[in-house]
Order: sequence, then structure tokens, then C-alpha cells
Amino acid sequence: MTQFIDRRLNPKGRSLGNRSRFIRRARAAIKKAVDDSVRSRNIVDVDQGEHVAIPASDIHEPSFHNADQGGHRDHVLPGNKTYRAGDRIDKPPQGGGAGGREGAPDGEAEDEFLFALSRDEFLDLFFEDLALPDLVKRSLKSTDIMRPRRAGLSVTGAPANLSVMRTMRNAIGRRVGLRRPANREVEDLRGHIASLEAAPHKDTHDSDELAKLRARLDHLVARQKRVPFLDPVDVRYRHFEMKPEPTANAVMFCLMDVSASMGQREKDLAKRFFVLLHLFLKRRYEKVDLVFIRHTHQASEVDEQTFFYSTESGGTVVSSALVEMQRVISERYPAGDWNIYAAQASDGENYSGDSAHCAELLNGEIMNLCQYFAYVEIIGEAEAKILTNPASGTELWRAYLGVSGKWPNFALKRIAHRSEIYPVFRELFSTAPETSDA
Amino acid sequence: MPDGSRDGTLLFDRNDWTFDSMHRTFDAIIDIAEKDLGLNLYPNQIEIISSEQMLDTYSSVGMPLMYRHWSFGKHFIQHEHQYRKGMRGLAYEIVINSNPCVSYCLEDNSMALQALVMAHAACGHNHFFKNNHLFHQWTDADGILDYLDYARGFIQKCEEQHGTAAVEKLLDAAHALMSVSVFRHRRPPMLTERAERERERRRNEEAEHSVHYIWSAHEAADRPGGTEQAVQERKSRMRLPEENLLYFIESYAPKLQPWERQILRIVRNIGQYFYPQRQTKVMNEGCACFVHYHILSRLHQTGRIGDGAMLEILHNHTSVLFQPGFDDPRYSGMNPYTIGYAMMTDIQRICTDPTEEDRAWFPDIAGCKDWRNVLKDAWSGYRDESFIQQFLSPKVMRDLRLFSLSETGNEAFYRVSAIHDEAGYREVRDALASANNPSLSDPDIQVVDVDLLHDRVLHLQHRPTSGVPLAEDDVRRTLDHCRRLWGYDVSLTEG
Repeated sequence: MTQFIDRRLNPKGRSLGNRSRFIRRARAAIKKAVDDSVRSRNIVDVDQGEHVAIPASDIHEPSFHNADQGGHRDHVLPGNKTYRAGDRIDKPPQGGGAGGREGAPDGEAEDEFLFALSRDEFLDLFFEDLALPDLVKRSLKSTDIMRPRRAGLSVTGAPANLSVMRTMRNAIGRRVGLRRPANREVEDLRGHIASLEAAPHKDTHDSDELAKLRARLDHLVARQKRVPFLDPVDVRYRHFEMKPEPTANAVMFCLMDVSASMGQREKDLAKRFFVLLHLFLKRRYEKVDLVFIRHTHQASEVDEQTFFYSTESGGTVVSSALVEMQRVISERYPAGDWNIYAAQASDGENYSGDSAHCAELLNGEIMNLCQYFAYVEIIGEAEAKILTNPASGTELWRAYLGVSGKWPNFALKRIAHRSEIYPVFRELFSTAPETSDA
Repeated sequence: MPDGSRDGTLLFDRNDWTFDSMHRTFDAIIDIAEKDLGLNLYPNQIEIISSEQMLDTYSSVGMPLMYRHWSFGKHFIQHEHQYRKGMRGLAYEIVINSNPCVSYCLEDNSMALQALVMAHAACGHNHFFKNNHLFHQWTDADGILDYLDYARGFIQKCEEQHGTAAVEKLLDAAHALMSVSVFRHRRPPMLTERAERERERRRNEEAEHSVHYIWSAHEAADRPGGTEQAVQERKSRMRLPEENLLYFIESYAPKLQPWERQILRIVRNIGQYFYPQRQTKVMNEGCACFVHYHILSRLHQTGRIGDGAMLEILHNHTSVLFQPGFDDPRYSGMNPYTIGYAMMTDIQRICTDPTEEDRAWFPDIAGCKDWRNVLKDAWSGYRDESFIQQFLSPKVMRDLRLFSLSETGNEAFYRVSAIHDEAGYREVRDALASANNPSLSDPDIQVVDVDLLHDRVLHLQHRPTSGVPLAEDDVRRTLDHCRRLWGYDVSLTEG
């Protein structure tokens, strides 16, 4: 008897359990590979998962087996052309040679184990040491929205919330418990009486019977009245309590200075920072909107392509971007419904006197609306060696330093090299509790 | 059932397979397998799977269900990587030695390929599994799927109770010793799920008995320890030397918990289950190839498979059997399919059309005409090593131009010890036979002594075959695993 079974529709990913065990096992090595690739590769590609190579020795499965060399060995090979018994063949310079061991066919190093991580796996490792749970608690504090949540039953309430099911269930229990005569029983009795009354011949026995039945009917009807079908004690209402609910939507504002002083290198660094923040938010919120605001001496909202790749010339007025951001928030993203994050990148240059205005705008309204505002100043690598004191810097930096003193959810950092972005990002978020505790 | 009147009608004329055409073709295949070749088969269960499921099955050593362990995840990733890069194709099928015999066919196969696969796996391998004495005596086709199910459930339960990390460590160590934990000489008991549960129950009940020797230590202390006689007595009590390391550790390790012993048992049982397969690679594949070729060419002769489909089948047939020469860049060792198939067609030729040479070499079968029974005897009564010893003919050696090389120590050259000529046939045959004998290529490591009442050091002895040493780096790491299981020191000596 032969059976054909179509297994193609069976659930996929049967070996996922093994895979996650493997990743856990090789965690240290994979983590290192992930960190390396974040440092050296384009962060934009992070979304697509990542090919990583880890040292094969870390996941080697040892066993007792014979060595490749030594001792007396016989080999049988096919395809003899010219040899005769007793001939000598020189061994190839390396490896087992004619013994049948094959080198790596495509030049891939044999001591490396290559594989692709899925997006989720990669991000898990990527964010692993960001201590996410605390971060989530900390930044999910916008609990402005109250929504009714079911909270059991109550004996009072609006008629619209009447729970018919519960009410009727209580009523049935009560009626059974108090032995309320059923309607059908009463009807049957009435019918019986009527048929007796309609009978043409009546003797004393019949009239006795009739009287007894009438008395019983009266008793039943009275009992039905005493034990009502539905009593106020049966009634139940669905009860709701108002509970705060965190908003599941976030909007991220990317503010960037695109004046001539921001070269490709600066933009590139800024972009990495934005991408990182975006990735981070994407994991935490169902929906993340991105708003790109670029500015020179005037600001405008643009799409991503324009934001990163088109150039514009002009002066630098940072406050224009903040004003634009305020406008977009008031038009489209009411703070009650949205978690607002902002990331600003600039080289620190600003129109003289405007920095104070920026601080004013931030202190006045924007910081009240924002969950988090991160400012990164992109400086040259040479400058990085000089600017070691956080208190000194450009006018904008000093103004922002003042803002960060007042608001724990405002952070600022200097970046000089792309390998610093990830650590800086981490620092931005992990410094928040310290300042808020302080 | 197809009969004479239906001969000549094509079984399928399209490239895509349907369940209908699979059924029809399989009926025709089985008809030839049973009536013409007289094969004795397990009931078949043919399952269509996707390529991802094929990779899944690959990575769990070809079994449909397996307990969870990171190494299977690693193998999956390796296979997947190679597959995606096109470094290797997927097998068209995987077949499992079970009753009913489960064959997995890849959904991407064309209908012609499905016919090939069904004849190959569901008839060829199936017959071999059911009739070869090694499988028959050493594995239990009826119980294996239940046993694996039990094993998977048991290990999952252990993970829940004792933590994944503890189970993983134990499995790592057990896997390291798997290759030296096979009964090569005495036959292991059959695996059944029920017996296994029963054993587990008894084992838990008698947990305290696992340290019974501590209780008898008082008496033993009086006896003179260390004398030759006492050592002999101790060894014979523990049935030393013991070739199956995990079996010995499972039985005598002082510190293991009952569940740990049970897991060791599962690992070595699964290793044992695969041991016959390692001893019959050449024969198993040869048998399957011979059977599929015979069946499909018979179907083609009777006009039931079209010429185009047959060409596709032959193309696949020959690429499976391709054996590049030793100096070809594609060479990666002897292809067991080639040698097995070549020997079996050669047996057929010897039976029907022998030469003088064949009559001298194979007086029993040359010209006997009854090649079907000769082959069936060979399939049932031999393993690779003995099969090659018995049946490798000079013609096959000449056709494949086999020659043998020997090397000694660290000499800078190989010596050609024999080639395919009158003087060398026997030597080449012997060399090929030993090359296909896993008990020669696996290191011989045995437990020789342990004194449970004193230092409890587990003494292992490695007896090198022809002076071949062990791979040193792995020895160190494997011994670490061994110590972890044994709980005390382990020493390895060369014997």
C-alpha cells in the first residue's frame, strides 16, 4: 500500500528552534561580527539583515578522529593513466593532496563560518546592550490618552451598558431558587379549568375538583407576582474604567543644516545617526512617521532624497528649523496622539545671535512636546582633538548646553568619526536617567 | 494495475508532475519492482516537500524529527549557505529506513525526475533497508519514528526541567563521543518507545542503585586492592574493555543524574541506528541506482516513458554516477554511487555473458543466468567491505582504472603499490575494501580500566590502525567533554 502525502503546506521554519539555539550558542562571536559590521558598513543596509562571518573554531564540534597525516595509509584512486606498480609520486606541497582532500573551492576561508542573520536577529543583537527595557519604561511616559477599559461588572450604570447575558443569568438562578411557577404551568391549569367549565354535565366531584384547581391557580398567580420574572437585584452593567494608554505612534523629526559648510562627510555622519534613531524607534512603535526638515537661513520640509542628497546655498539660521518643526507639529502631530522625537544635526555654525533664540524656542514650547531631543554636532577630526571640554564650543553648542541642563530629555553630543556614532547613540540614551535623577 | 493491454501508453507526457501522474507512474514502477525484479518492500509513504523542508531534513541528519540542538541549526545554515550560493544542489530525495518506508521528494522535481526518485528511493533503498542483514539485525524500522518522537519529547522535557544550558552542555559532550559509542561487535537491543519508557521508569526507581559500589565499598576495603587478580576481577565485573564509551559512561559514571544517563542513551542509540548506513554506502546506493535504471529502462522499452523524459532521466543518472579521475579538479574521492552501480551491472553481466576471466574469478555465478537472485543475495548478505572483497571484478577495476597508493609516515612521496593489472587486482581490491570499512577508518578507542573505589580515573586506550595517529587538537577538546560527562579525570593512552 502506497501513500502520497503533500507536506508542502506544513508549517515552515521547523528548524527555527535549532537556529535560535545556534545563535545563542555563538552569541559572543556573532555579536562581535555585528558590531564590526555596524562600524564599517552602511547603516542604511542594517534593515536587510546582515551577512556575518564568525570564526569556525568557536562552533567547532570536536570528536575523536584520525589525523590527516602520519602512519601507514593506502588510498585507492580512479583514473590511472601512466602509473605502474612501484612508481613514486611526489606529494603536493601542501595538504593531503592525492589523498582526496579538497581545498576550499571558491577561495572562501575554511576557518570562517559565514551566514546571514535575519533583520530581527540582527537588530536584537544590535540593540542588545542598549538596555532596552529600562529605556522603554523611561520614554513611554506619555500617558496623556485615557481610554475606557473593561473592568468587570457593576450593579449600577447607564442602560446602554446593560449586560443582558449576566442579568438574565442572575434572573434564571433567582427564579429557580425561589420556585417561581413557570408560565406554561399556569397556562395549562387555566386550560384545564376552562375545559372543565365547558363540560356539559357537572357533578359534585367535578365542582370540587374545579374549586381546588381555581384555588391552585390563584396561588400560582400570586406566587408569580411575588417572584417577578426580572428583579432589580438581577441587573448587571458592564463596568469600564478609564485607563491611560501609551500612544503607539511616533514621529521623528530630522533637522539638518544643509548650508555649504555641511559637506558630504558631515551629511553622511548625520544620516547614520538619523538612521540609527529611526531603526530604534521602529522597533518600539507600531508606526513611525519621518519628517525631514532642512534649513539654511530658511527651513522647509522636504522628502528624504532631497534632504540627504540635494544641496542648497545660503546662510545658517538654526531657529528657522525649530519654527518649522513647531508648525508641522501643530498642523499634523498633536502631542497627545504622537510620541515626538527629534534629532538635529549641524556643524555648530549659526547666525550670530540666533542661538539664544533657539534655546528660547526649545525651552518655551518644543521641549514640552518632545519625548526626546537629540542634538549631534559634527566636527572635524582635527577639531575633535581640541574640543575636549564639553563646556566650550560654538555659540549654538553653549546655548544648547544650557537647554540640556534644564531638560533631562535633551541630549547633545559631538561626533567626529563614523565609528563613534553607535557609542554616541548609546550614550545619548543611557545618559538620560543620570540627568533625570540629578 | 497496468497490464499488457495498457503497454505503450505513456504514463505522463508533461514536464510538471501531478498527484495523478505520480500515482499512475508509481503503480507501474512497483509492478516491475515486484514482478520483474522480485523485490521485497516495506509499504511506501511518499511525501512531497519544499526545498526549505528538504534543508530542514538535511540538517537533522536526514531524520523527519529530531531533538533540538544548536549543531543542527549550524548544519542548516551551512547547507542553506551552500545551496543559496549554488555550490551544491539539493538532493532530489531523502529516504528513511522505517516501516512504512518514508521517501521525501522535492516539489521542484520534474515528473521524469520524480519517476527516477520513486524508483530509486521507494524501490531500491526500500528493498535494501528491508533485506540487508545489517539493517535487519541492527536497526528497528518499525520503532525508529516512535523512538525519535520519544527522544524529542524527552529532551524537551529535560530542557524545561533542568534548563536549556544544562541539556545543551550534555548534548555537546555526548555528540563529541558519538563516533566512539557504537557497538561494533555485540548487537544492541532493539529500540522501542515503550521499552524506553519502561527503562526510564525503572531507572528512576533505582536511582540510588547507580552508586551501589559505594555501599559495597566497606567490604571492598578489606580486600587487597591493586593486585593483579583484583584488577582482573574488577574489569570482568564491568565487562572491560568496552568499545562503546557512552554506554560505559551511562552505566558507570558516578555523578550523572538519571535524566542525563537517559539522554546519553538516546544519543548513542541514534548513533547506533546510523552505523549500518555507514557500512553500506556503496551497496545501498549501488542497489538503488541499479534498481532505478532497470525499472526505468524497462518502462522506456515498453513505451511507457517517452524519449524526452528518458533522456532527462539518463542525464541525471549519469551525472549522479560521474566519477572524475584523481587528477581532475572536480575529484573529491571515490563516488560510492559509481563503484556500487558498476559492480552490480558487472554482476549482471557475469551472470549472463561471462568471459574466461570471470569464470576463473567467479566460478559460482559466472554464466548462471540468474542475476536477479545473485544480486538479491548480495544485497541481503554483505556489507561494503565484504561485498567488494567478494564481487569486485578485474573488469570493473580496469574500467575505472583503479590503482592504489601507499604512504608511510612523513615521506615526501606516495608509492604506487598496485594498479589494474594481473599482479595488482587483489591488492587493489583489498585496499578498496578496507577503505570502505568504517571500523578501520574510525579510531579504535576503548575503556580499559577504571577504579571506582579509588581515584576513579577513566582510562581510555587508543589502538592506532597502521600507526595512524589521532587529530591532536580535537583529542584535547573531546577529552574535555569526556571529563565533563565522567565527572572525574580521564586519561588516554596509546596502546
